[in-house]
Amino acid sequence: MTAVETEPARASAPPHDEAASGRASRPRGKRRLGPGKAIPFGYLIGPLLLLGVWVWGSAQGWIDPRILTAPWTVVETAWNLWETGRLGPDLLVSARRFALGLTFGVLAGLVLAIVSGLSRWGEAVVDGPVQIKRSIPNLALLPLLLLWFGIDERMKIITIALGVLIPIYIHTHNGLRSIDGRYAELSETLRLRPASFVGRVVLPGALPGFFLGMRFAVTSSWLSLVVVEQVNATSGIGYMMLLAGTYGQTDVIIVGLVLYALLGLISDTIVRVIQRRVLTWRRTLED
Amino acid sequence: MATHTGGLTTATAAVRIRDLHRSFTDDRPVLSGLDLDIEPGEFVALLGRSGSGKSTLLRALAGLDQDASGTGDISVPEQVSVVFQDSRLLPWQRVLRNVVLGLEGPGAKARGKEALAEVGLAGRERAWPRELSGGEQQRVALARSLVREPELLLADEPFGALDALTRIKMHGLLRALYERHKPAVLLVTHDVDEAIVLADRVLVLDQGHVETERTIDLEGRRDPSDPHFAAIRTDLLAALGLAGGAEIRTEDKEAGA
Repeated sequence: MTAVETEPARASAPPHDEAASGRASRPRGKRRLGPGKAIPFGYLIGPLLLLGVWVWGSAQGWIDPRILTAPWTVVETAWNLWETGRLGPDLLVSARRFALGLTFGVLAGLVLAIVSGLSRWGEAVVDGPVQIKRSIPNLALLPLLLLWFGIDERMKIITIALGVLIPIYIHTHNGLRSIDGRYAELSETLRLRPASFVGRVVLPGALPGFFLGMRFAVTSSWLSLVVVEQVNATSGIGYMMLLAGTYGQTDVIIVGLVLYALLGLISDTIVRVIQRRVLTWRRTLED
Repeated sequence: MATHTGGLTTATAAVRIRDLHRSFTDDRPVLSGLDLDIEPGEFVALLGRSGSGKSTLLRALAGLDQDASGTGDISVPEQVSVVFQDSRLLPWQRVLRNVVLGLEGPGAKARGKEALAEVGLAGRERAWPRELSGGEQQRVALARSLVREPELLLADEPFGALDALTRIKMHGLLRALYERHKPAVLLVTHDVDEAIVLADRVLVLDQGHVETERTIDLEGRRDPSDPHFAAIRTDLLAALGLAGGAEIRTEDKEAGA
């Protein structure tokens, strides 16, 4: 019993005592394992570093402007394109395609995931075709979609939506299926009606999965946009770049690439912010 | 679906089990020929070695034994609540929403708040479950089961995951709540002292049926240092297959199932 009594006595010794003796090398409040505390705006550091290399390399003359235009030339070109009214409309058209494709894709993916996640019959019918679609790249599907839907906006939006649907379906379905069975047991003892069970237990439990899918979906949406805008398009950022390619205007191509990158980064950030807001109940290594 | 012949009927008041048999896939019977009656408002504790079928019995009463097969008659009241060993709170719902989960009608929230106040958690309605300590989470689980005004409360080692101090506090709380609401209670536990402190009657399960039954006739506050208390403990430990009381602590910790 003596051991029990000495324990609190040691614990109550002032903590700076140990530090003074030089034995406590570990600073308080820092987790030793795990990635540690979040760096403010840390997600910007990588892209800024890349930008820094580009600026420095161009200024030193190490990067041939015919291969990669200097950043200031890109800014200048972007400004000129904007001034002459060539960039604005293209940007708007691209953003509209992105938004519509994303919306329809997310809705379709969600509905399919819920149907297949909540019923065995739904899974039997839906899961197979989605998995088949998953193994066919959008690019390979394009000739068929062109034949079916023509070269207008409808084809572009459907192509984007088809790409978005997959990650939303996969991750939401996985989220639905990996909800702890003990919660189903609890719901049974509470005699939850099926509607409350789905609304209160199943869907909120699948939200983390949905948001993971959402982040893939946003990226996939931009990727599909690039593809459809370089095939048979007459407007959009991709078309602008394609045109610049034929005339050897490296600077315009870079403007397009930077725009794609910026838009991708911004939309991913928006998803992350919403995710944080909605999933406040959850604390993971990320925080 | 498992095959249960015999019925699960609901009676107006108490638990009545006749000739209950349950087994799992390996066909080793877990419960064989078990009879049990619980009067309305009676507090019964169920002891038994690991694998003696305590939890199987409780799950049969809760209607959660779809994976087991067997025969027998079970009758339970209309309103049955279950408290599990883990609090089983939905992490994505705030405390109050957890308490009133599945309740409908305009009075549900007010009743939920009342129940939270009863377990000493007034003002924590908007907290997330993960912000609470283990003991507090289990108190929320108690509030969730009491707000449904059960005629039968089934508790499956509800304090098994708590530290000793918190457990003692929870004993007082559970007993107080029981005195006020007077549901019939079946408490499954591996802690002999807990059974004697809380219950009116203690059963020991062995070989798939109730082997020993002991009415706790202690007056006033139940004190483990009371010689009468100690005598009951010795009897129950003997029924559990332990001659002395010394080894019980280490042996008991393993009694999960």
